[in-house]
Amino acid sequence: MAKYITAPLTLEVSRTLRAGESVYLTGTIYTARDAAHKRLCDLAAKGEPLPFPIEGSVIYYVGPTPARPGRPIGAAGPTTSYRMDAYAPTLLRLGELGMIGKGKRSQEVVDVMKATGAVYFGAIGGAGALLAQCVKSARLVCYEDLGAEAIRELKVENMPLTVVIDSLGNNLYETGRADYLRQYVHKNPMDAQAGPQL
Amino acid sequence: MRELSANAITETVARLCITANTLLPQDVKDAITAARRSEPWPVAQEVLDRIIENDSIGGDIPICQDTGMACVFLEVGQEIHIIGDLSQAVDEGVRRGYTEGYLRKSVVADPLDRVNTGDNTPAMLYTRLVPGNQVKITVAPKGFGSENMSRIAMLKPSDGLAGVKAFVLDTVEQAGPNPCPPIVVGVGIGGTFDKCALLAKQALLREIGSHHPKAFYAALEEELLEKINDTGIGPQGFGGKTTALAVHIETLPTHIAGLPCAVNINCHVARHVSEVL
Repeated sequence: MAKYITAPLTLEVSRTLRAGESVYLTGTIYTARDAAHKRLCDLAAKGEPLPFPIEGSVIYYVGPTPARPGRPIGAAGPTTSYRMDAYAPTLLRLGELGMIGKGKRSQEVVDVMKATGAVYFGAIGGAGALLAQCVKSARLVCYEDLGAEAIRELKVENMPLTVVIDSLGNNLYETGRADYLRQYVHKNPMDAQAGPQL
Repeated sequence: MRELSANAITETVARLCITANTLLPQDVKDAITAARRSEPWPVAQEVLDRIIENDSIGGDIPICQDTGMACVFLEVGQEIHIIGDLSQAVDEGVRRGYTEGYLRKSVVADPLDRVNTGDNTPAMLYTRLVPGNQVKITVAPKGFGSENMSRIAMLKPSDGLAGVKAFVLDTVEQAGPNPCPPIVVGVGIGGTFDKCALLAKQALLREIGSHHPKAFYAALEEELLEKINDTGIGPQGFGGKTTALAVHIETLPTHIAGLPCAVNINCHVARHVSEVL
């Protein structure tokens, strides 16, 4: 059964989410990619305030297509998350509780998530049209010069997400694959981890 | 000699940029639907259902927000005279298509300076002279989630078939969930360093599931597809059977001392559209 959760997140909620769960997210989230993350971390390094409330925040790694007139946003699927790995620990330590993207994360990011109780959600990569339908409004927060990479505040409704890495460090990219292989391919999952056999 | 104005090329490229980014080719849709039918893993079924839903939204919203670098392939007939600057005409088409189509401008002018060009130009343009008096234009927007997971290896002749298989499978394994599986795997074998990479890209333009004309390579395509789908990576990397929709291999003669092998990965939004002028 899918869970319905709201953003900003609280530790009470983030800590109960488990890798592999489907969730529908409603509330306020912020967009940021590589360039915006760099600026946020530069601000943090100087001890200056961030341009949005970071406590409990959910950041969506997305650079949408331009909105057509009368619409809040264009296509808005996730970008690959590892490019944010250098910056995520700083924001997690400042109170960010959710990250939405796709693809693998570094061990450092997972370690900080375990320490702070944060969650990594996967949105379906390549489903930009579908995910756009969940965005009810978008407002520019800052860094307009970055174009698609500017920070925007999005109001989302029932955004379909999957918990990929939870606050205990469980990782669906590892467990989902191993479970599937155990049930359907009858291979030792450790073989799969070591790479395909020739 | 037939004459063709560069304007006609601009207009066609502009239109194809929009079409390619908003309408998924039927062969790709069919491949995803077929994969859904044979996918046993519930999480993977749910992902594929959402992808199918996404791809059927249509209208004027791009399928994916990464509307890519505009890779444009021109097959120009030797017996046609194009009036005007060809590469400028293609860039103007990309500029118009990406602006009028509300597509994302994802190109930076300098790889280290990284200032956005603002109109998704320049196109990545490939021209080839062919017999005849027509121009075939193919627009294939390429997203970088999957492009970043692509690799090339200058293997040794002694690495042979086993080396090629290992390199392809290792590339897919290392990519894991990052390139938005289910993926299409374009493989180039032979040629030179640069031609090999181009072969891998051209392999992505083929109709999904079409085979190399040589039975040996057609069988290798099947074998690699099966092995990739035995990895269990699955749609989005959440586990499952559907890791790849197809493996396409293209080959060229090569040097006695070399065995170049390139793997260009495409996501499930495998966009390409062609028109003949």
